[in-house]
Amino acid sequence: MKKTNKKKETGKKTRITCVINKKIYSFNVHPMMRALDLIREEAELTGTKEGCGAGECGACSIILDGKLVNSCLIPAIDLDGGDILTVEGISEKNKLSKIQKSFLERGGAQCGFCTPGMIMASYDLLKRYKNPTLKDVKEGLSGNICRCTGYTKIFDAVLSMKKIMKK
Amino acid sequence: MKTTSRKLVKESTTKFVGESVLRKEGIQKLTGDAKYIDDVKFPNMLYGATIRSKIPRGKIKNVTFKDGASDKFSWQDFIIVDYKDIPGENYVALIEKDQPYLASEKINHAEEPILLLAHEDKDLLEEARRLIEVEVEKEEPLLTLKDSLEKIKIIKGSDNVLKSYLVEKGDIEKALKEADMVIEGVYETGLQEQLYIENNGMIAVFNKKDGITVWGSMQCPYYVQKAVTNLFNLPPEKVRIVQMETGGGFGGKEDFPSILAGHAALLSYKAGGRPVKMIYDRSEDMAVTTKRHPSFTRHKTAVNKDGKIIGMDIEFYLDGGAYLTLSSVVLSRGLLHATGPYFTPNVKITAKALMTNNPPNGAFRGFGAPQSVFAIERHMEKIARAVGITSENLRKKNFLKDGDTTATKQIINDKVDLKKLVDHALKESDFLKKRNLFDKENRKDSQMIKKGIGLSCFMHGAGFTGSGEKYLASVAGVTVGGDGRIKILAANTEMGQGKNTVFSQIAADALGISVDLIDVVQPDTAVVPNSGPTVASRTTMIVGKLVETAAKELKERLQDNNYLQKKGYSDDEFSLECKKYIKKNGELKILKRYDIPPEIKWDEERYEGDAYGTFAWAVYIAEVSIDLVTFQTKVERFTALQEVGKVVNPILAEGQIEGGVAQGIGYALYEKVICKEGRVINNGFTNYIVLTSDDTPDIKVLFEESPYRHGPQGAKGIGELPLDGTAPAIMNAIEHALGCKNKNEFNYIPFLPEDLFSVLEKN
Repeated sequence: MKKTNKKKETGKKTRITCVINKKIYSFNVHPMMRALDLIREEAELTGTKEGCGAGECGACSIILDGKLVNSCLIPAIDLDGGDILTVEGISEKNKLSKIQKSFLERGGAQCGFCTPGMIMASYDLLKRYKNPTLKDVKEGLSGNICRCTGYTKIFDAVLSMKKIMKK
Repeated sequence: MKTTSRKLVKESTTKFVGESVLRKEGIQKLTGDAKYIDDVKFPNMLYGATIRSKIPRGKIKNVTFKDGASDKFSWQDFIIVDYKDIPGENYVALIEKDQPYLASEKINHAEEPILLLAHEDKDLLEEARRLIEVEVEKEEPLLTLKDSLEKIKIIKGSDNVLKSYLVEKGDIEKALKEADMVIEGVYETGLQEQLYIENNGMIAVFNKKDGITVWGSMQCPYYVQKAVTNLFNLPPEKVRIVQMETGGGFGGKEDFPSILAGHAALLSYKAGGRPVKMIYDRSEDMAVTTKRHPSFTRHKTAVNKDGKIIGMDIEFYLDGGAYLTLSSVVLSRGLLHATGPYFTPNVKITAKALMTNNPPNGAFRGFGAPQSVFAIERHMEKIARAVGITSENLRKKNFLKDGDTTATKQIINDKVDLKKLVDHALKESDFLKKRNLFDKENRKDSQMIKKGIGLSCFMHGAGFTGSGEKYLASVAGVTVGGDGRIKILAANTEMGQGKNTVFSQIAADALGISVDLIDVVQPDTAVVPNSGPTVASRTTMIVGKLVETAAKELKERLQDNNYLQKKGYSDDEFSLECKKYIKKNGELKILKRYDIPPEIKWDEERYEGDAYGTFAWAVYIAEVSIDLVTFQTKVERFTALQEVGKVVNPILAEGQIEGGVAQGIGYALYEKVICKEGRVINNGFTNYIVLTSDDTPDIKVLFEESPYRHGPQGAKGIGELPLDGTAPAIMNAIEHALGCKNKNEFNYIPFLPEDLFSVLEKN
């Protein structure tokens, strides 16, 4: 989608248009609004979570124009013309995607709060690495903090995807 | 990742306990559909904020409301609550009546809440928060445990003591006089933040006729109900507390939610019933909520030259912060684990929780035991060196055996051979071979990476201490809905540990049906009975047992009344029989109340007897590498072996151990809460460091089972166990890697690279 050049007055809302999970949305955004707020409150997609608001924990991870980003650090206005994927877009028609199924079967989620971000990061990792090693997985997920699992079963879930991908 | 072998559940399994049944609420957590409190909003809702003291001690003199800058700002539009608005009692009902919901005049700790604000607009609310100035006449605060112990200042009673215990067995003075040697040591642990990824949050609605309803993130709905009824002077039926999906707790949401719920409810009350949402951001949550108690332990041990311990004199001190909250119970658990898994005929334990002007400390997984077990497991290394035997042999010489008594004269009867448990752990971790190899490699001066291996042996008593479970008198059970599905009724909360799944498995086996026919009712005080708090590793062992008993009785009720006559039946057949029963009798519901097993005897007055129904026993082994250039310590490999009665769900049980070990690694090496003038200043992920995936070692989890007579299919509690032994195993490994000069080098945690730097510099 093409980005438009709009004059932004201080405090005045700007109209933006973007695609979220293959659906087109238009919003009036306040200049101080974060992408996270737009997704959770305006688009009412509450799967993406806020854990720290400072880009440290990764609970707010989304994929924007093919890149994994912390939506708490992205100004909502920057989503104009963007192609966004959130956790709600990972499963299709109430059916779990392969990575979500793998997490479910291997105990990759406990309290579930870091899970949406962790799924996005895993999804992104598996797009970039066809055959990730444990080291690749550890590095690739290091921007997503989990306090419950000790990561061990998350590694299991992601690494077991190698077999599935091979099939 | 090596773990015990386990199979993913197959469709045809009829027995569910022991299988890795899929997480009951797993699908919604993975799709993002699970609803946490901040995912919910109500029409006409206000947002709430808290105005707090910036200084740790003093008297409130004045509150000024400065003018707002923007056109939209008007103080008229704000709901403002102070202590005078409280309809009931201004204290947080828990144990002691000392902690106010809102300070009236005295400030006893930084971040103490003074006023509450609410507004429709989050931005204007934040603007308002910065415009309120609270003038406090400063008083000199008491900010460390040491200062409080040494009575640098008296801020409570005559000695700053919030609670104390003295436990004695035999004759310690005689033992210390007669022993071949007396080994002394001092051990310290610091604050630790629970750091659940979901911050504390509540939504409250006050209704003049119906009462108050609060939804939120919490571990104990009935604790919140007790506190809010007291705050508003309302009967329990007028206060409804509902647990939302909770993103982690670890004890940090045991008592604190009562405060946040009360605050949100007060604002809704003042706002004429408008819903009020209060969600802390990370910096507020880390700065104001409870943390693990810092500790100071002094050991004086009477040991004979063959390594036999004949007496332990222990002083155990905790920094409780400004109010009692749960400190008396943390102290109790700490002291009861202070002697470790060892037999000693002569004991004296002096335990005290001290008051300081720090924010009150509270529950964090382990609850006093991580502190006292750190001390004893470090101290055993000192004793081993003095006696001249290996770590493992010293422990084998002193382990409790069935028939031995603990410090409170409880007779151990768990049928667990600790010597065999240690040997199992040593074998699985290749301990002896690695110890020799590392010794050899470390000797080379050119070796800039030193390696070490260390072990810890410990136990954890699940359930409330002593007569605690008797007083809780928990009630839980099962019922059948109109849809013919089984519903589990309990107030215990799912926070990731797997309670929904475990309860379903236990009930399924008891009823002879599959987990798919079972629903776990959302903890809502209007719907579920009070089965006690979700703490103390009690949920599976105590409440799971009540669920099992109730389920068995439900099945018997059907069979005794000529329903369900078949030996084997399908889920559909079971469901149909239930519906038939309900049609005839109106309801099918069985609730069971906890009754203390007759053989468990505890004397609260003398603090003697069976402190816990049973213990889970463990041996942990840590392998570390230390970089002498960067001063970083890395845990390379970890072996966690524990005896747990019965593994109800292997994947969930392993998950609990792995997550607990990760928190324990943080406790030892990364997590340092830094305070300045009584306030937490590293209140963010940026410089309060917890493990990332990249820091995680290979964790090998192994289980042994010695069934507990009173646990569901023999299960014991395991949630807190890993926090007890992880840190000392790591520090023991560091000591092995670097050697010890007996100058208290590795006897305090957290032990950061800068701490290692200063140790190496001194030596």
